[in-house]
Amino acid sequence: MAECHPVGYQWVMEARERGAKVFHIDPRFSRTSATVDRYLAIRAGTDIVLLGALINHVLSNGLDFREYVLAYTNAATLVNRDFRDTEDLDGLFSGFDEETGRYDPSTWAYEGDVPEEEELTEGGKRHAEAAGSDSYGARGAGASATPPEDPTLTDPRCVYQILKRHYSRYTPEMVEELCGIPREQFDELAEAITANSGRERTTAWVYSVGWTQHSVGVQYIRAASILQLLLGNMGRPGGGIMALRGHASIQGSTDIPTLFNLLPGYIAMPHAHRHDGLDHYLEREGADTGWWGNRRAYVVSLLKAWWGDAATEANDYCFDYLPRLTGDHGHYATVMGQIDGTVKGYFVVGENPAVGSANGKAQRLGLANLDWLVVRDLVLVETATFWKDAPEIETGELRTEEIGTEVFFMPAASHVEKEGTFTNTQRLLQWREKALDPPGDCRSDLWFYYHLGKRVRQRLGDDEIDRPVMELTWDYPEIGAQRDPDAGAVLREINGTAADGRLLASLRELKPDGSTSCGCWIYCGVYADGVNMAARRKPHTEQGPVALEWGWAWPANRRILYNRASADPQGRPWSERKKYVYWDGTRWTGPDVPDFEEDKAPGYRPPEGAKAEHALAGTDPFIMQSDGRGWLYVPSGLSDGPLPTHYEPHESPVRNALYGQQSNPARRTVDRPENPYNPALSPRFPYVYTTSRLTEHHTTGAMSRPLPYLAELQPEAFCEVSREMAEEIGLDNGGWATIVTTRTAIELRVLVTGRVRPLRLNGKVVHQIVMPYHWGYSSGGVVTGDVVNDLPSIVLDPNVYIQESKAGTCDVLPGRRPRGRALLDLIERYRDG
Amino acid sequence: MAERMGFFTDTTICIGCKACEVACKEWNDVPDDGFVFRATSYDNTGALGASTWRHVAFVEQDGRWLMMSDVCKHCTHAACLDVCPTGALFRTEFDTVVVQSDVCNGCGYCVPACPYGVIDRRQDDGRAWKCTLCYDRLRGGMEPACAKACPTKSIQFGPLDELRERAEARVERLHAEGVTEARLYGENPDNGVGGTGAFFLLLDEPETYGLPPDPVVTTRDLPAMWRWAGGAALALAAGVAACFLGRR
Repeated sequence: MAECHPVGYQWVMEARERGAKVFHIDPRFSRTSATVDRYLAIRAGTDIVLLGALINHVLSNGLDFREYVLAYTNAATLVNRDFRDTEDLDGLFSGFDEETGRYDPSTWAYEGDVPEEEELTEGGKRHAEAAGSDSYGARGAGASATPPEDPTLTDPRCVYQILKRHYSRYTPEMVEELCGIPREQFDELAEAITANSGRERTTAWVYSVGWTQHSVGVQYIRAASILQLLLGNMGRPGGGIMALRGHASIQGSTDIPTLFNLLPGYIAMPHAHRHDGLDHYLEREGADTGWWGNRRAYVVSLLKAWWGDAATEANDYCFDYLPRLTGDHGHYATVMGQIDGTVKGYFVVGENPAVGSANGKAQRLGLANLDWLVVRDLVLVETATFWKDAPEIETGELRTEEIGTEVFFMPAASHVEKEGTFTNTQRLLQWREKALDPPGDCRSDLWFYYHLGKRVRQRLGDDEIDRPVMELTWDYPEIGAQRDPDAGAVLREINGTAADGRLLASLRELKPDGSTSCGCWIYCGVYADGVNMAARRKPHTEQGPVALEWGWAWPANRRILYNRASADPQGRPWSERKKYVYWDGTRWTGPDVPDFEEDKAPGYRPPEGAKAEHALAGTDPFIMQSDGRGWLYVPSGLSDGPLPTHYEPHESPVRNALYGQQSNPARRTVDRPENPYNPALSPRFPYVYTTSRLTEHHTTGAMSRPLPYLAELQPEAFCEVSREMAEEIGLDNGGWATIVTTRTAIELRVLVTGRVRPLRLNGKVVHQIVMPYHWGYSSGGVVTGDVVNDLPSIVLDPNVYIQESKAGTCDVLPGRRPRGRALLDLIERYRDG
Repeated sequence: MAERMGFFTDTTICIGCKACEVACKEWNDVPDDGFVFRATSYDNTGALGASTWRHVAFVEQDGRWLMMSDVCKHCTHAACLDVCPTGALFRTEFDTVVVQSDVCNGCGYCVPACPYGVIDRRQDDGRAWKCTLCYDRLRGGMEPACAKACPTKSIQFGPLDELRERAEARVERLHAEGVTEARLYGENPDNGVGGTGAFFLLLDEPETYGLPPDPVVTTRDLPAMWRWAGGAALALAAGVAACFLGRR
């Protein structure tokens, strides 16, 4: 966090000054490790072992916050009789299909829940993506609001008992053997988090891409969620799990998504074979209880925002104008489509996949096979210049004169040259003013897409097929000589309006009948009463510590989600020290906006057949879930199991000591010549690598390498190795190393350091190498270097299709890499050896 | 004269982000210092110099990684200023020491005079450069760029007396918490340079961070040397005179 979020990290430093105990768990000893109470070195790719052992520690010692767990989680809920755990099947859950490598999740359901109806079929065949994550979207999927429970937690089929059995083999000994964390360090961590949880205290977890970029990445976060729920650390001040993001407004780009399977506000993208019309889509995509029960209002309001008067009840509010999914259209599937020639054109906006995505060679081979490519960036990034300076030109795999891709480089405005909002880690929207006009032809992304849209519309006619574009509301006021669309007008459209044009104040005003429009239901209220709430900058000295008048947090300006859980079931604060949102006898109150209906009494019990929020009791704080509970166990919505389970990375030097199943059985592999894998347990690739970032650079370096003041601070691509590893291989500090995988080999300068230590796993010594990935072959860079992301393979988490770039295997040779054809020969030898 | 202003750099809360180095260069338009991978932990600018006025040192020890943002000490007794023949170096109303680049003639006397090795000449233009404690910002009522950019308040700017009090309280607290190795460096008005306008809270010996343990203003002995030289000259003159007188 100190390394990549130094500005936010000031608060960790301050918390520490005020007595907080801070642990840092990371394969790499970073600036964060240097400034905490205790650093735990861990083998990359083994965090679920550690988290699982902490869960086991809590459960087997009875340290869970029992009152919280009973009232607010699904611990007591009974699970389907046919469910089989990894304990029963040596690392598999019930429902796995060996042939397709996919799970059928129907046996994971709660007792009494009916499995989903059979998929619509294509040509009589069950669609290949049936169990894919896009079938659920990122939200509580269909499950009963009042499933059968055993409040004594003794029924072997209740979640609590399943959890206990599942994690029983996650012991401190396993942590030592798989993670390389010694027993006394584990004990200290376990003691600290349990001593600092409960009525009087809370513990927070913070993670970043070190947890997500794994073939079992989603389950890492799930494991932390289980721990936090068991310890009563969700929805309470000082608790929670914080996702640190990789760029400014990455949170914003999932809220109003650049993701293929989501619409604004985490609404699922419709599927070509799963959904017939709006009614059918709404019926299938989620439960009727909890706040998602109102999804018709959210979806219809979104359609009204996009198609305005053209969207009517008679035409399903233009639901059929929305594109449809037919499967995985994620980044890596798109790249494979490029190589295959099925994807002809490509927009790359503020990204640099030639350097930033896993298996850079596959990325560049895809780029070289396009008809056209649009790159929008501040500088000529490698993705725009690959045709003349990619490593494949040097090896002869690509020849400039044979690349047919027409590249359009569109210079972009920087953040001070445009207005708009950033939405960062804490869901906080903060408005930026424009300081000056962008120079020359540089323009904002908003300008680009708005004017592109206008020109596209000029070229379309009244064909039926053109109507979704022609009928879009596309009429923002244009400002100044550059005719910038008014970003405020866009934010007002996102906020939403009533039929009379009045700006909505709250998402509760959204209607399912087409009388309201709203571009993103969770952002509704950001422009309440015509005031740009995101632009508020009242200093903390003039308001309370929750600072509700600084910017605006979705939803409804709540700063802590699910904060009803900060009070006990009767609505009283768990303790005076942790008092936050509570019931004052007539309503919920406190320093934050209650995440609950203000007047729903703790004693409220839903009547039979109640829908949406009315189906949740006054003691159900997790209001987006169909049962209002925090899910220790996930009955539906995940592709790789209801409980986090340790699987070794796809490329690992050690055997999975917990199960016969080595790696995540549901992981997505891309088995193609462009993407060869290092065999697991291969002696040819004995070292573990992980990729990382440095404070001095930003992602692929496009915003830092061209700047001398940043480039001089970390001028060359390097790797960090332990003294022992340097000795074993013959690496010199300040010299060169060649890192080899079956994808390619790159050369890096060597930094030998005592901060990296060999790990002892069950008697075997495993060396880790750490590689910051900020360098590439151009980007107008004052400094350049080999592309670290050329090393990882494309192997994906099955829920969100993120690549496993944080843990893999490699070989390391002293000296610089071979050039030209000789480089390919070296890789050939490794592949065949 | 205004109150004496200075820096208190608390290395116990430094996170090594180098925002100070960058902010200093941005504000003062200092050129880059070359692009050299030094293989010395995360330090690639090496040391304070003509084109690096804030420098973050990274010291790797067993289980510990020390970081310290170094800067010109703005000494009470500043040798650089004493030896400057052109008056380019002067003491400001904030009791800081600043080089006027339009007056400096590049003689370089100040370079060996500095007991900390801070001030240096730039190869291309020959003139001497160092931290100005953002004299222009101070005159505009702003804090120096490095202190402004520091996210953790490791670099604190203010009236020196106030900073000294704050620093002493901080050391006391750290000692009470068992961090017995915490100590101040440069704050003592009785040290060899009469105390520094920029002082530090360190977690190890000064040498560990590349700082001289007991710096002395290099011009300290100058008056005595001149007295001795004067005396010698007088004695010589007297001897010579005596010779002539004696012959008479």
